[in-house]
Amino acid sequence: MTTEDNGAARRGVTPSQTVGPFFHYCLTPNAYGYAEVVTDDLLTEDAAGERIRIEGRVFDGDGQPITDAMIEIWQADGEGRYASPADTRVRPNTRFKGFGRSACNSEGGYRFTTVKPGSVPGPDGRAQAPHVNVGIFARGLLKRLFTRIYFAEEAANASDPILALVPEDARATLIARRRDGEPTYTFDIHLQGKNETVFFEA
Amino acid sequence: MKLAYPKESLSVHPPSLYPGYVSTVKRAPLRPLVVLPHTLSELAGPVYGHDTVRPEDTDLTRQHAGEPLGERIIVTGRVVDEDDRPVPNTLIEVWQANAAGRYIHVADQHDAPLDPNFSGAGRVVTDADGRYRLVSIKPGAYPWRNHQNAWRPAHIHFSLFGPSFLSRLVTQMYFPGDPLFAYDPIFQSIPDSAARERLISTFDLETTQPEWALGYRFDIVLRGRSATPFEEPHDD
Repeated sequence: MTTEDNGAARRGVTPSQTVGPFFHYCLTPNAYGYAEVVTDDLLTEDAAGERIRIEGRVFDGDGQPITDAMIEIWQADGEGRYASPADTRVRPNTRFKGFGRSACNSEGGYRFTTVKPGSVPGPDGRAQAPHVNVGIFARGLLKRLFTRIYFAEEAANASDPILALVPEDARATLIARRRDGEPTYTFDIHLQGKNETVFFEA
Repeated sequence: MKLAYPKESLSVHPPSLYPGYVSTVKRAPLRPLVVLPHTLSELAGPVYGHDTVRPEDTDLTRQHAGEPLGERIIVTGRVVDEDDRPVPNTLIEVWQANAAGRYIHVADQHDAPLDPNFSGAGRVVTDADGRYRLVSIKPGAYPWRNHQNAWRPAHIHFSLFGPSFLSRLVTQMYFPGDPLFAYDPIFQSIPDSAARERLISTFDLETTQPEWALGYRFDIVLRGRSATPFEEPHDD
């Protein structure tokens, strides 16, 4: 081991830089004939939970669609289990990974096919309402933006410890609406402006 | 051992709004962020292991029939957490322009040649000691339309996972001595000059292979420190 091997951490965390406009051929490279590691289809046949779609559009401060953003989601399965070594409870015995990526299209639209997550543990042993963690990357974003998707019909939203931290008049920006007659949820993301989505610092 | 994620570490990152980088002006959130306690949803994260990477993914000069043009380079380093412990088995994704400063991306209109032998996308997974090694060619600088006569310093984009949702990082690696640093608002958006310098790889003669390729070191520190045991009584 050379001396340069040691002490990187003492200098501090590596700063973030923008993903830029040209990430697709590496991160969402289907159109480039490069194998995708992460896709917008999280479903596995053995995944526990209701099959759903989540889709929406991403807008800038002028209300214009953002066509070059990348959305990542991270979620538990239908029984509230994360496919992660950090989840030390009973782990899902399925291939469901719970992580997905979608590049916005020419209308600023993104979409995921997944299962509806179950409730997961929260602060002080209180349960959290079903939710999906969302990361947003784009040209003009020097660091990832972090928001959450909650589901409109969940009674548990009313007592969710995280939603309770969000100013009441802004909570609606975190709620996905279910379409009549189909298991599809709509969740638009406004980076700025009158309907600016709530973003978290964590 | 569980990890804690001190929020002070976030101060190293650029602000969301940095008007010198024009695209931030209409895209940066302007309302205060809501401070979130770290729950299992933030402390857990997906695992992408060695099965996701093929041999040609780690050598960007061997993805086509012929060899790409440009200065062959080896980029290597260690991924560690804030306690200097290795981050093993974590996926790194990289992408870059070719030696002429042109991306294969359909939206790149820079009047510089594409290289039929270079795509510029790669992947590698860190070993048990957090080390990674990639072979590529040195990317060229390229112009962009942020301001009059704007040029990006040569860089390689890095995307890393680490152990949790919170350790996820997308950044850019630069090359030592680039004269464009002073004029680049993306690089300059990092408030602390010492933190900025950490994105500049160092030339490394030990990594350099005689008669073949120049070596650069780029170590990466992801968020995460050891949690004290009494805070995490159920540690395994």
